[in-house]
Amino acid sequence: MEISLLMIITVVIYLIATAIFGYIGYKQTTTSSDFLVAGRKQHPVIMALSYGATFISTSAIVGFGGAAATMGMGMLWLTFLNIFVGIFIAFVYFGKRTRKMGHSLDAHTFPELMGRRYESRFIQGASGLLIFLFMPLYAGAVMIGGAVFLQQVFGINYEVALLFFAAITAVYVVFGGMKGVMYTDAFQGAIMFIGMSLLLVFTYVKLGGVIMAHEKLTALAVLVPDAMKAGGHQGWTSMPKFASPMWMSLVTTLVMGVGLGVLAQPQLSVRFMTVKSNKELNRAVIIGGIFILMMTGVAFTAGALTNVYFVEKYKMISLDVTKATPAELKAIEEGIAPAKEEPKKSALAPVKPAVVTAAKQVPGEVAAVKPPAPKAKPDNIIPIYIAKAMPEWFTALFMITLLAAAMSTLSSQFHTMGTALSRDFYEKGLNITSKNTLLLNKVGTGIGIVFAIVVAWLLPKAIEGGSNIIAIGTSLFFGLCAAAFIPMYIGALYSKLVTKTAAIASFLIGSLTSLFWMTFFHTKESAALKICKFIFNKDTLATSPVMATLDPIVVALPVSFLVIIVVSFITKKTEEKHLEKCFEGIKGGN
Amino acid sequence: MLGLEGMGVALAYIFTILATLLCIVYGWINWNKGDEHETKEIKEELKWEKNDSKLAK
Repeated sequence: MEISLLMIITVVIYLIATAIFGYIGYKQTTTSSDFLVAGRKQHPVIMALSYGATFISTSAIVGFGGAAATMGMGMLWLTFLNIFVGIFIAFVYFGKRTRKMGHSLDAHTFPELMGRRYESRFIQGASGLLIFLFMPLYAGAVMIGGAVFLQQVFGINYEVALLFFAAITAVYVVFGGMKGVMYTDAFQGAIMFIGMSLLLVFTYVKLGGVIMAHEKLTALAVLVPDAMKAGGHQGWTSMPKFASPMWMSLVTTLVMGVGLGVLAQPQLSVRFMTVKSNKELNRAVIIGGIFILMMTGVAFTAGALTNVYFVEKYKMISLDVTKATPAELKAIEEGIAPAKEEPKKSALAPVKPAVVTAAKQVPGEVAAVKPPAPKAKPDNIIPIYIAKAMPEWFTALFMITLLAAAMSTLSSQFHTMGTALSRDFYEKGLNITSKNTLLLNKVGTGIGIVFAIVVAWLLPKAIEGGSNIIAIGTSLFFGLCAAAFIPMYIGALYSKLVTKTAAIASFLIGSLTSLFWMTFFHTKESAALKICKFIFNKDTLATSPVMATLDPIVVALPVSFLVIIVVSFITKKTEEKHLEKCFEGIKGGN
Repeated sequence: MLGLEGMGVALAYIFTILATLLCIVYGWINWNKGDEHETKEIKEELKWEKNDSKLAK
């Protein structure tokens, strides 16, 4: 695609507006409280849009949209959890107590809230360190999502795109703090909402309406390549075969891992502490619910429907389109080279299911017949669809939608990583006091940003083929956070019986179990990490396909819950006086 | 249903919309509830509950 004047103007206007909102944040940031929790007085619309825009990254649209194009509309179960758990449960049952307790304990970050609730310097420091070390994987995935899109649209190289994103975002995070992040998030969220709403309308209109589009997609089931069928694929409007490798990946990794993991995302939880009262949270629930529907709901629906568009235009399913060169696609468009015959499943080159591309040893996979066949890249499906199917002005709008999605998530990740390093790990964990905490937070954020860029640069090189890397990075961090934080977080907000020792034990065992399973059993990560290969000379220690595709969250989260319950019963109870302070103004709590 | 072949996918489609409606209805009903002054009321209520449980003993 050529860069048009329209695109350049759109991007420039977007960047100027972002800079203005960042500058307003900078001007209003004078204290550490402003930098960390935006002065605790944010408007519900800003809070909800900021939460939603942070929650939904380019990974959710490009990466997971690509996964939906591969696995089908069963991905909508993730949208359901995104709304029901990620918004409703999170705001109503977690948000209100987090806000109140955060205020009572004067906590400014998620690790600080946990540390103060359990009176443990270790919890705050170790949580900060865990976030600082592993969030770059997620931040890297977000940056890659944006960079891939820029590569497609502008034809620039990956490193340039990466630095472009990071540099602009870094400026307003370091100087504007949480206020800069939230104001720009809200602006970016509004753009995302418009862009995704139009994408939904255009896609359904182009394919003949809602029901017609779904029926056309249903009819494509006969085109499912044999290799994907062997992985459990039963068509794009059906769930994969129960307990098949694809079902395991879809349900345990994508739907459960990401859908439940959202509850303990430090960059999201901290937003509950940025509003004045529960009234703001009640109002934010409406905006949050609608916003998420229009984000992942649209991405997964349109993602799956790209197959209909590509089959109608190129006689290829979406995955095959990513293997064709731009010249080949152009030739088909211009009718120079005839489009392939009406595709029959046997005529299609074998396509590896995205979920097992990185996991070469997953049993059931059918080997490619012709060795030098190019690899399918699900992450490229949405960008190619936008470029090919949408009018030019929309491509420009969608480009800034994705830029906004990436930057809004990235800014919060940078902010959370920075504060995790400076306030939680350095100041509290190592017990080093600083005269100028605002400056320290800014320096910490700067270091976090550099670290994240290095990881994003190395990640595609480390994970073989780079395929599905966005989805892997995101679900990996979500899963780890879930196992490490969810039991401790629920205990902190809802139970007076959970003890400090139990919280520490749950945090340590939960995160270690998750990491252990990723390193040695869950093939998608263990094959990429190569540690298992180095020690045991094989990609995984799993003895069955179910075990190899069972997500770490399914193993680690129950273990973490069990530990916190058992240890609470056998260790010293928390002092009543401290509990009274924690639960001041909160009804219930046993 | 809805042009979708599998029941699992159709249910996901419907549940997604229902979850959004839940958020809208909840926010609508509680639009003006939860102001900070409620904290005082909650404190009062907690006090009453404590007294009640003492009396019950």
